Amino acid sequence: MIDRRHIGMALRPAVLAIERGRLRFFAQAIGETDPVYLDETAARAAGYPDLPAPPTFLFAAELDAGSIVAMLDELGIPLDRILHGEQGFTYRAPVCAGDTVTVTARISDIYARKGGALEFIVKDATVTNQHGTEVAAMRSVIVVRN
Amino acid sequence: MPSPDRSALDVGDRLPELRLPPIDRTTLALFAGASGDHNPIHIDLDFARRAGMPDVFAHGMLSMAWLGRLLTGWVPQAALRSFDARFVGIAHLGNAIRCSGRVVERLERDGELLLRVELEAVNQYGERKVLGEALIARGAGRPRTREPDS
Repeated sequence: MIDRRHIGMALRPAVLAIERGRLRFFAQAIGETDPVYLDETAARAAGYPDLPAPPTFLFAAELDAGSIVAMLDELGIPLDRILHGEQGFTYRAPVCAGDTVTVTARISDIYARKGGALEFIVKDATVTNQHGTEVAAMRSVIVVRN
Repeated sequence: MPSPDRSALDVGDRLPELRLPPIDRTTLALFAGASGDHNPIHIDLDFARRAGMPDVFAHGMLSMAWLGRLLTGWVPQAALRSFDARFVGIAHLGNAIRCSGRVVERLERDGELLLRVELEAVNQYGERKVLGEALIARGAGRPRTREPDS
């Protein structure tokens, strides 16, 4: 059983500088062909200052910073026991290459199902850019197979 | 494909389906690097077997990213207000994911007219892998075009 005292625990803040090359790599990895995500000229023509981060890209920030692995370590959960249960994004402002985002997250809930065979960690995060503007919120549910 | 006039969209309208090639190990290796999710369960067969899995399997976020492509191929990303997914099945190597969606509701929130879109990613056998929903602003956006996928 995961100790419920971890509810409310703050994760290490994750800072990610959004780079064009990384966004292109992500776009190519998901087979994106829309030039808005690959070519900054097309992105500008579509009204963005630079290549936009695709809708699910911000999830990378906490992974890159090691915040999620650090959280699992703290909770004593091995990587081979987790599955991603749910993921949600709320969008408030565009994020583009050249921006630096900071993800501030905390564990908002931990609960069990199936007599403890499965446990769920709910994590809520806000994402702000270099101007202090909140650009997105993220909610993750991580499933732990016991 | 021209982007639809969102103010004319209504309940029951379907998004043009997005069909992906079968998932292979290269796809997973590239997505691990690009997404920052280096969990070896998706890229290292030995690790996956030790964890009791027959093989590596796809990141849930890969299918969600494909659902994101379905959305942004249909409307400009700036119209996207929220995007939620539930990972209901593991996408295995060889699975060819098909992403689909349909408008299920018109609503107003904070004075903005929105469309609720239900999303689904299934494999070639129709097995559901991801269920999701998105809220899209109905306001007119910048017109755009997109080349159809080959």
